[in-house]
Amino acid sequence: MEKFTTLTAVAAPILRINIDTDIIIPSREMKRVSKQGLSDGMFANWRYTEPGGREEDPDFVLNQAPYRNAKIILSGANFGCGSSREHAVWALHEWGIRCVVAPSFGAIFQSNCVRNGILPVVLENSVIEDMASQVEANPAENQLQVNLENCTLTAPDGTTHGFDIQPADREMLLEGLDAIAVTMKHDEAILEFQARDRLQRPWVYL
Amino acid sequence: MGRSIIEKLWDAHAVADLGDGSWLVYIDRVFLHERTGSIALKGLEAAGRQVRNPEQVFCVMDHIVDTLPGRTDETMMPGGKAFITTTRQAAHDAGITLFDLHDPRQGIVHVVSPEQGIAYPGLTLVCPDSHTCTQGALGAMAWGIGSTDAEHAMATKTLVVKKPKLMEVRFDGTPGYGVTAKDMILHLIGRHGAAGGVGYAVEFTGEGVRSLPQEARFTLCNMAVEFGAWTGVISPDETTFNYVQGRPYAPADGAWEQALTDWQSLRTDADASYDAQIVIDCADIIPQVTWGTSPQHAANIDAVVPDPAAEPDHTRRELMEKALAYMKLEPGTPLTEIPIGAAFIGSCTNSRLSDLRAAAAILKDRKVAPGVKAICVPGSGSVKQAAEAEGIHEIFQAAGFEWREAGCSMCFYAGGENFGLETRVVTSTNRNFENRQGPRTRSHLASPTTVAASAVSGHLTDVRELATEK
Ligand code: SF4
Repeated sequence: MEKFTTLTAVAAPILRINIDTDIIIPSREMKRVSKQGLSDGMFANWRYTEPGGREEDPDFVLNQAPYRNAKIILSGANFGCGSSREHAVWALHEWGIRCVVAPSFGAIFQSNCVRNGILPVVLENSVIEDMASQVEANPAENQLQVNLENCTLTAPDGTTHGFDIQPADREMLLEGLDAIAVTMKHDEAILEFQARDRLQRPWVYL
Repeated sequence: MGRSIIEKLWDAHAVADLGDGSWLVYIDRVFLHERTGSIALKGLEAAGRQVRNPEQVFCVMDHIVDTLPGRTDETMMPGGKAFITTTRQAAHDAGITLFDLHDPRQGIVHVVSPEQGIAYPGLTLVCPDSHTCTQGALGAMAWGIGSTDAEHAMATKTLVVKKPKLMEVRFDGTPGYGVTAKDMILHLIGRHGAAGGVGYAVEFTGEGVRSLPQEARFTLCNMAVEFGAWTGVISPDETTFNYVQGRPYAPADGAWEQALTDWQSLRTDADASYDAQIVIDCADIIPQVTWGTSPQHAANIDAVVPDPAAEPDHTRRELMEKALAYMKLEPGTPLTEIPIGAAFIGSCTNSRLSDLRAAAAILKDRKVAPGVKAICVPGSGSVKQAAEAEGIHEIFQAAGFEWREAGCSMCFYAGGENFGLETRVVTSTNRNFENRQGPRTRSHLASPTTVAASAVSGHLTDVRELATEK
């Protein structure tokens, strides 16, 4: 997995609460058994004028020139709620998004982000709304700076906000680690647990 | 101090403390389906990894398969066949159990796993599907994950999980006439929001929950994820044990006695504490229906479409405005005056035998209103068979409902069959998101009895009126 350390990039405000994974990628856009080729369908229902069509809706923020290079999304609470489809994260990543800032996330989406090199940042809604208005004043110039080493996000006006992230998640992103390989370091503990558990709960073992 | 069931389940599966609230948690069962499971199996294979205990991994075909009679591997969804054939091959190669298209046990993953006795009290169970929380109703710790985590669970038998905060949602009293588990959960989400449970494992307690039969408890836990919760759980009791006993994969004979002793100690201790608590009096719950594009847009059936202007919170207000524009509804319209074009009974929320029986009781000797496309999709082949043995399919068909093969069907739109542009659907499913059931389809969530009653009258309907009228 690609490492995430620092990022200075254009941020696109999509300030709406409960943006679910059906919105991030509609089911019909998950056409093949593959993690690739999904970015075209990202936000399809908002990005294009017709269901299934490819004519861009100029009103949608990511279709507007300065935001086409966005690597960060600013959003409302409960971003990525709904379906567990990891396709939502694969699509965002393929399109170029590396960081999503929201007051809260759907739990499955949040871990999917970390597994795929996207940093989920939790900040208060008022802070996010303030950052969004700074960005909107001049999207191309007023970029956000993310520093995962220090766990900070710096707004265009220079104010810096600390954020919390699980240490394990932070390490995984910083080092670009493969989660299975990391867990296999505990393999002895897992096998011991299983051996003990087989005796305690034999009925569980089919 | 006493522990709640979640803490007991957690402690029994904790393999290693990774620090700062993260743990390596042992996973007893993994369930897959052809849409997200296929990718997980292929991912493992590509990485050259093995499924550690294939006998504890199960897979169904439910999401992409057609539900019309006479179905084959071909699907109405363009490219759907590849999901089916890839999954079949990958499941075979990995040596896991597959309930394939023509297996009589085939059906929606969250219906099949309890039905076959694969999910039962005391287990940890994951599936790359958000409604895995359904199985929490058995007193198991069950939650939805992504495909990458599914690979992790299969390869290592564990997952890295952040210990959740605990919330009690207590339903005092018992639900009144015409009020179902679906109304209870919609009532909760309508009042406390779709993000009300974010960061929590929710335990449903109280007399209102105890009084529910096991199948209704699945409905309650099914929508814990629509409340934003990591999972939902119910302490197992006699209702649960009676449900589990005798099912194909459930412990039997001596193992049953042993398991039962263990399960009896799972129940939340009287002096357990929670980080948050919500108390709802069942006497305050009446049949619910949604008017917007989030499950939090649930309201009493006798209410009117709310006015966003009255909402003080601006983010909520904007969402309401967008929802009303999408749903093409005017504030102040009585919900019971909203006409419908389609009715759907199915999904992992409400497609079990008891749901179909309840809907059939409403539909008996009645007809679906002219112009309403009505479809019933049993949750599994076993449900379908049991319903047919009781003649339920005939009641549905006589009323004008289509009677289908098991699957997720039009709970979501995969790219094939759908209700049609801007059709207004009253639906027993769990998500009324924009475009969820088809391009620009407008979904109103409700209980299966409310769906049946609305199908008959052609508009959203207070089922209590229809039920007393007869
Ligand atoms: S029935 Fe609907 S909600 Fe349930 S698993 Fe299938 S698609 Fe998901």
